[in-house]
Amino acid sequence: MISASLQAGPFDAAAEQAALLAGRTDLGAAVQFTGLVRADAGLIALTLEHYPAMTLAQMQAIADQAAARWPGVAGRIIHRHGRLRPGETIVLVTTASAHRGDAFAAAEFLMDWLKTAAPFWKREEWADGTTRWVEARSSDDAAAERW
Amino acid sequence: MVDLLYFAWVREMIGVESERLAQPAAVTTVAALLDWLATRSPGHAAALADRTRIRVAVDQRFATPDTPLAGAREIAIFPPVTGG
Repeated sequence: MISASLQAGPFDAAAEQAALLAGRTDLGAAVQFTGLVRADAGLIALTLEHYPAMTLAQMQAIADQAAARWPGVAGRIIHRHGRLRPGETIVLVTTASAHRGDAFAAAEFLMDWLKTAAPFWKREEWADGTTRWVEARSSDDAAAERW
Repeated sequence: MVDLLYFAWVREMIGVESERLAQPAAVTTVAALLDWLATRSPGHAAALADRTRIRVAVDQRFATPDTPLAGAREIAIFPPVTGG
């Protein structure tokens, strides 16, 4: 099973992984990815807008697809929304499986589809007072389509 | 009647985050809806000018230009997503 959460506040990546692994002795591999706000020169903050009626359901649908494809994978995805400053976390993907291949593959699948099929939009705030909506990248679509 | 929701720069260019409208009977697909909406104001026209940069969800499911609108209650119009 892979669960999904949507929240404004921060998450504790280590605690999320520990919770995923608690009481399990059948898992031999744990993989974790954290996406962060990178301080590109002059960037003050990112604001993540989302579609309240759709975003979490779409995240869970992506999680369910991964769980169906890799039945032995346990996992959790968390995505934040709202205004985030450089260094803050945006997204967490944590997976575990008996062997590393499935945990790595499921984590990449989850991340690639979160970037291309979950309704979020990033707006950048710059030190000169301007704002800019981040443009979607065709390389992200290509990364998702390879699955 | 259908509830239209706008996100990100589509919302900013149209100038409202939502509106409730009765579309003409001839507007039966997503593509026809976008064509009709584009005639409603200069902001709508500007936001919807480049259809390659527009994505649509009908009742919270991603749609394509030929998706039918029959029975649709909520239609969201937005740019390609940029989360993660």
